Amino acid sequence: MQHLSTQNMTDTNNSKWQTVCNKDELLLNAGICALIQGMQIAVFYFAKQQHIYAVQNYDPYSKANVLSRGIIGDLNGQPVVASPIYKQHFNLQTGKCLEDEAVTIQTYPIRIVDDQVEIAVATQTVTSI
Amino acid sequence: MAHQQIVVVGNGMVGHYFIENLVTHSQSAEFSVTTFCEEPRLAYDRVHLSEFFSGKTAEQLSLVEPGFYEKHGITVHLSDKAVSIDRDKQIVTSANGVEVHYDILILATGSYPFVPPVEGHDREHCLVYRTIEDLEAIQASASRSRSGTVVGGGLLGLEAAKALKDMGLDTHVVEFAPRLMAVQLDEGGGNMLRRKIEALDVTVHTSKNTTLITDGKESRHQMQFADGEILETDLVLFSAGIRPRDELARDCQLEVGPRGGIAINDYCQTSDPNIYAIGECALWNQQIFGLVAPGYQMARVVIDRLSGENARFTSADMSTKLKLLGVDVGSIGDAHARSQGARSYVYQNEWDEVYKRLVVSEDGLKVIGAVLVGDNDSYNEIMQYYLNGIDLPETPEALILPRVEGSTAGLGADALPASATICSCHNVNKSDIVNLMDNGVVALADIKSESKASSGCGGCAALLKSVVDCELAQRGMTINNDICEHFPFTRQEIYHMIIVEEIKTFDALLDKHGKGAGCDICKPAIGSILASYWNDYVLSDKFYNLQDTNDTFLANMQKDGTYSVIPRIAGGEITPEKLIKLGEIARKYQLYTKITGAQRIDMFGARQEQLPLIWSDLVEAGFETGHAYAKALRTVKSCVGSTWCRYGVLDSVGKAIDLENRYKGLRSPHKLKFAVSGCTRECAEAQSKDVGVIATENGWNMYVCGNGGMKPRHADLFATDLDDDTLVKYIDRLLMFYTRTADRLQRTSVWMENLEGGLNYLRDVIIDDKLGICAELEQQMQHIVDSYQCEWKTTLSDQEMLNKRFRYFVNSDATDNNVVLIEERGQKRPAREEERKQIPVHLVNSA
Repeated sequence: MQHLSTQNMTDTNNSKWQTVCNKDELLLNAGICALIQGMQIAVFYFAKQQHIYAVQNYDPYSKANVLSRGIIGDLNGQPVVASPIYKQHFNLQTGKCLEDEAVTIQTYPIRIVDDQVEIAVATQTVTSI
Repeated sequence: MAHQQIVVVGNGMVGHYFIENLVTHSQSAEFSVTTFCEEPRLAYDRVHLSEFFSGKTAEQLSLVEPGFYEKHGITVHLSDKAVSIDRDKQIVTSANGVEVHYDILILATGSYPFVPPVEGHDREHCLVYRTIEDLEAIQASASRSRSGTVVGGGLLGLEAAKALKDMGLDTHVVEFAPRLMAVQLDEGGGNMLRRKIEALDVTVHTSKNTTLITDGKESRHQMQFADGEILETDLVLFSAGIRPRDELARDCQLEVGPRGGIAINDYCQTSDPNIYAIGECALWNQQIFGLVAPGYQMARVVIDRLSGENARFTSADMSTKLKLLGVDVGSIGDAHARSQGARSYVYQNEWDEVYKRLVVSEDGLKVIGAVLVGDNDSYNEIMQYYLNGIDLPETPEALILPRVEGSTAGLGADALPASATICSCHNVNKSDIVNLMDNGVVALADIKSESKASSGCGGCAALLKSVVDCELAQRGMTINNDICEHFPFTRQEIYHMIIVEEIKTFDALLDKHGKGAGCDICKPAIGSILASYWNDYVLSDKFYNLQDTNDTFLANMQKDGTYSVIPRIAGGEITPEKLIKLGEIARKYQLYTKITGAQRIDMFGARQEQLPLIWSDLVEAGFETGHAYAKALRTVKSCVGSTWCRYGVLDSVGKAIDLENRYKGLRSPHKLKFAVSGCTRECAEAQSKDVGVIATENGWNMYVCGNGGMKPRHADLFATDLDDDTLVKYIDRLLMFYTRTADRLQRTSVWMENLEGGLNYLRDVIIDDKLGICAELEQQMQHIVDSYQCEWKTTLSDQEMLNKRFRYFVNSDATDNNVVLIEERGQKRPAREEERKQIPVHLVNSA
């Protein structure tokens, strides 16, 4: 998770920031899906708080690429998305499933630089695909 | 108070009651008491006199504890009748010449049986029923009789009839009035009583005016009636009412009523302040009270007065509960509903021969009377309401209806005794629930699982909930019905806020009344309220992000992340042309097609990005959205009706199409289904729907609150023989009332069951406009009908939004490669898990 104001983040080890889309293409208080190096990544934008999150789009419970189409919100102060199929909640910061601690989904660093939405994807992942 | 000489004339039930209470509740040292008793024995229980015939002795009927009068120093003159009163000297003289001075004189002379002045009334074997001596005479006569006739079908007459019956006589009851117990019972009650009594082999003759008693041909007597009929009988027993014994009072010039009775004031004082009259001899406010309870009441008033208190007699309750010939009979207050504006609830069960009438006040809030025949179970409870002026429960009729499983007791959960059975399936009583709660189990769900209450037939769910709620309230605990952590309100409260404060967006509501960012519970619920109340376009920027994906994409998401599409086919009627179009569109996009249970066609396997394309073809072919994705009216199923069916009574298809077109798009707490059947054969299965309409010869019968699914429920008949306009009016009101008051995801059935008063309350609101909101409900519905738009049509007109929301990837035109279809029976369907493994699929991001 990144505040929009945090723009000077350096590239992390083995990962590189990739531009996904313009900020205008985000859906307010909802999700969109991006395709980055063959991976489906769900991007959620909390407009009021100006928070943006990126997690895998694949829902481990339904085994379908649907998380970007879930309803977002917060539970006990944690930002979450609810899977649209079986309604499990995933913490958007940690990827943890609220209903089952053992299940975690992938999260990705994301930021907005000059109105461009950028996601950092580990380069190993890229080469492995 | 100085030492006083009190003389009581008459040692009947009331006279004795007076003495007994005077000496036990007052400083008896201040009085000396003398009583005259005409009969050879002290007071006995006249109310249970007929038990004398079933073997009770005079001693057993006695009300006087042996030695009581001696112990309290009371002088008793048995078999000695007081014959005169010298008011100036304050002296009572008896038949035996005893003279007693009095400071206070109590007249408790009672009454004598009224014998109509019919010629022959004084023949032998023509008797009355009042004293033990009378009973002995009856017994003697009966032993030489085969048949007996009671003249008088009142309370005492029927008691007497029982006596004759018990002695083995062929028993008749002759009543002047058109029904039995005309004073206490209304017509329905009197008729039911008659049936029951006749079933016991007692012949009842009503509207019979006896004109002559003479020698009989086969029996001892022949009774002749004004209508020309005759009745042969060996024994005549008069029980045609009572007359006050006021001769002593008359003789000493005390004031008496024009038709008898010693006039008394509220202190039970006669026109001579030293003389009181109590019981059946007394006339208060032009009334004689022929029951023992008012007599006792008067006795207490006098005792209080003598002790210097200021008690008053302010009318008596003439309610009675008794068993006549083994038949329960109860009469409370204004049994005849004669009070201004009185209205009644009547329960009549000819099978079990039970009749009950509950008379309520003009405003419907209080019990003012009741008639019970055949079942006195509810007598005590009704008396509680009647005597204490308790406001009636939401469904007053519950007080007289048989207790069916799960129905709540009228007095509410806190009035239930600890031993009251809550769940009869698992034999859980109220104390079991209370004990659990004492041990910290307070959540309804936990109580259910611990006690098993309400886990059998479930019929007691509402009762259990009210017991738990009531206990929680008593413990000062609150019941959390909050919709979620973001809004400490119920759905209904939120609905009201939205209306009252004219809130139009989720964020505005959150800012004002909520906290945090919302969740997948409150967002769709509030989105639905906003959409249904303001009837705005559901995909506008304000709403789309509040809703489940089905609502956002106006389609139903399936397990693989694709969607199914259901266009509206109102009433299940479709032209061949449109059927072909549907087929062509399904083929074009390779959609799997299936006929639904709701008489529509579902097309599966549409990708998110294909939806606008598919819909633009559908709209062009004349279709509109079917709202299969929404908590809204889905469909109005119909049979083919009178148009084609040889049995059809009305045009069910036309009606279904009209209704579907009227209510399409209405957002509601849960999905809604309707059906219309063209005749009582009910081929459309309307009785399993939220709203079911069935044609009759006289119009439409309307059923409500049924559903299929996991917990099927038959709909309840709500109104009958409606014309087209009334039907629509009722549905308008019902749907708006439901939409406004139901909880999130609450089906109509559960909603109705949770309304206090259930179906009848719903009728009160919808049909009788009890809440005065029907005009408003209709207006709101009309607004929704008028502002209907096909969401797909609107969506297609906004190309910018389509591009933004319906494209699959924000940064690519690729599609979801995880969607894998294989062919089966000529159509495409999602590959199963094991099938996927055999197909080289590039899965991304699998965790």
